[in-house]
Amino acid sequence: MNNGEPQDKVSKQAQVNAKDVSVKKTVKKLMLIVFGMFGFGFAMVPLYDVFCDITGLNGKPSNVAATYNAATIDTERTITVQFLTRTAKGIPWKFEPMMNEIKVHPGERKTVKFYAKNESVNDIVGQAVPSVSPGRAAVYFQKIECFCFNSQPLKSTEDVEMGLQFYVDLDLPDDVSTITLSYTLYDITSSVDS
Amino acid sequence: MTTDVINDQSEHDSHDGEHHDHKMTGLKRWLYTTNHKDIGSMYLWFSFIMFLTGGVMALVIRAELFQPGLQIIEPDFFNQMTTVHGLIMVFGAIMPAFTGLANWMLPMMVGAPDMALPRLNNWSFWILPFAFAILLSSFFMESGAPNFGWTFYAPLSTTYSNGSTAFFVFAVHIMGISSIMGAINIVVTIMNMRAPGMTYMKMPLFVWTFFITAYLLIAVMPVLAGTVTMVLTDTYFGTSFFDAAGGGDPVMFQHIFWFFGHPEVYIMILPAFGIVSTTIPAFSRKKLFGYSSMVYATASIAFLSFIVWAHHMFTTGMPLFGELFFMYCTMLIAVPTGVKVFNWAATMWRGSISFETPMLFSIAFVILFTIGGFSGLMLAMTPVDFQYHDTYFVVAHFHYVLVTGALFSIFAGAYYWLPKWTGYMYNDTLSKWHFWCSLISVNLLFFPMHFLGLAGMPRRIPDYALQFADFNKWVSIGGFAFGLSQLIFLVLVIKCVKGGEKAPAKPWDGAEGLEWTVPSPAPYHTFETPPKID
Repeated sequence: MNNGEPQDKVSKQAQVNAKDVSVKKTVKKLMLIVFGMFGFGFAMVPLYDVFCDITGLNGKPSNVAATYNAATIDTERTITVQFLTRTAKGIPWKFEPMMNEIKVHPGERKTVKFYAKNESVNDIVGQAVPSVSPGRAAVYFQKIECFCFNSQPLKSTEDVEMGLQFYVDLDLPDDVSTITLSYTLYDITSSVDS
Repeated sequence: MTTDVINDQSEHDSHDGEHHDHKMTGLKRWLYTTNHKDIGSMYLWFSFIMFLTGGVMALVIRAELFQPGLQIIEPDFFNQMTTVHGLIMVFGAIMPAFTGLANWMLPMMVGAPDMALPRLNNWSFWILPFAFAILLSSFFMESGAPNFGWTFYAPLSTTYSNGSTAFFVFAVHIMGISSIMGAINIVVTIMNMRAPGMTYMKMPLFVWTFFITAYLLIAVMPVLAGTVTMVLTDTYFGTSFFDAAGGGDPVMFQHIFWFFGHPEVYIMILPAFGIVSTTIPAFSRKKLFGYSSMVYATASIAFLSFIVWAHHMFTTGMPLFGELFFMYCTMLIAVPTGVKVFNWAATMWRGSISFETPMLFSIAFVILFTIGGFSGLMLAMTPVDFQYHDTYFVVAHFHYVLVTGALFSIFAGAYYWLPKWTGYMYNDTLSKWHFWCSLISVNLLFFPMHFLGLAGMPRRIPDYALQFADFNKWVSIGGFAFGLSQLIFLVLVIKCVKGGEKAPAKPWDGAEGLEWTVPSPAPYHTFETPPKID
């Protein structure tokens, strides 16, 4: 190590500057990763929905109206569709299916009704969120019309019958003979108001 | 080593390695310092204070669980204790301790005069106390501290929050920013500041593990920041990321959180691998067995950590394919981890081993961390995880890897480098007391938790069924013994800072690395002229 010579000092200085440049470059690249990953965290939200839609993972059925175009009905198979309802904490509504279960053939269109009554003194906007079990049946359960597509406002003591029109896809895996459709009702009054 | 000074014209005043008259005194020195050794010391002290703080909370938990029934604290306060204990130990104790070690040792190990970004370094330390002040201040508020678990699952942290969510979120934001800045500094230092001749594959393994860990931090801390931001807006600004009523999904919270959370656990263990890969060869007087396989194993573990997150969520109702995928990927991690354990064993094999305290902690690390790894393998099996999930078996598992793993490695590193930091040898008798008390009590504390978990005792409960009483009593005794044992370490470090037997430049005859070529204590400025590496 022989330093102290003037030329050496100059070349050292040049080295230091070169180092500064490369340090800045690395920092910039790393900051890009940081911002990229922050964005990725948020990108996971739509990605997750897409992933659930494609795979039916998580029993999350599509919340888009299906068009009924089944030309054939598979009368060989009979599927039991069960209906469950529950109300989330804090919504004083009566909410129940008007029939507990129904038998359908794949491809066959059925309509069922649900009953809701606002038992409180306040006007409340409710939103039903569906979930299908077993989860992998979710993509085969097609809703043509559903009250869960929209929110449901009910004045105090008002009640309503809400319709659901659906069919079960012909491609439903053979080992599924029962599908459970569960609705959870949430109070979304505050977010509708604002 | 020459003492000539090259005026590098950088922000900090450059001065001679032997005289540091310009060093500010008192509080200002510590507030304004950009010196990696000062900042390293502050990180280490801060992490130790946090370790004791989180430890006291653990003792409150263990005191309540000493007997069945509710005797000391209310269930809500119990939940606050488990939550803040977890947060403090993860973000306040283990991670800053590693950053402290990195600050102290990395520049010396790669032959650099300082970290690449000294001013940033000062910031990344000094925002930390504020983060924890915010978090801890919530104890004194009407709402109380966060009580939703350190994993802050929605909707516990959103819909059912006790009002502490905002404090929690901002505290985590600051901790995250601090970690990201620290990690950037580490990567930049390693990439740009290595002494001439030090190629990547010539770097000490300690440097490699911090390099990879820093990349993990840069990749996942922003995801955590995103997660807490979503929790914040869900709670206070009416968004519905995790709220089913508005079209969101609480299960998605777990996916996003564990996408951060799993790499996070490797952030807390990879540096530990680096430390014991330094100490075991030193006290076995042999080269580290399989250096390059160690590097590749560390990198593989880091890569795999990104594709195993859903093994934390086997019981959320995933499709069979998902469960199998995450199960096999998780088990795959045992392969590179096994490579490491066998390499450490092979390093010791036929070495002339001596059992100084750093070596004792390192050997304990290898054995006890492996136990934690095995219970991790058990948890990785989807079918059995349905039984173990959310029981004390999980608590036993992650405390074996984090306490007898990460923490023991930090102790090993601290004992190994204390002579270099303070210039004095630590009190050997006290250190042996610290080791043996810790070793016995930590096993009394965590081993029976396996049995409790297998018998079905759930986590995060302030009261339990009578049949768990005996084991819990022993666990609590172990907990208090372990907590008190750490005071021995505190006394030892204070004594060692104040004085003792003078340490030579290289107190361990088998030690290797550039840090031992400078005197003890390490001068304020080292390697102003980079050393040459052949």
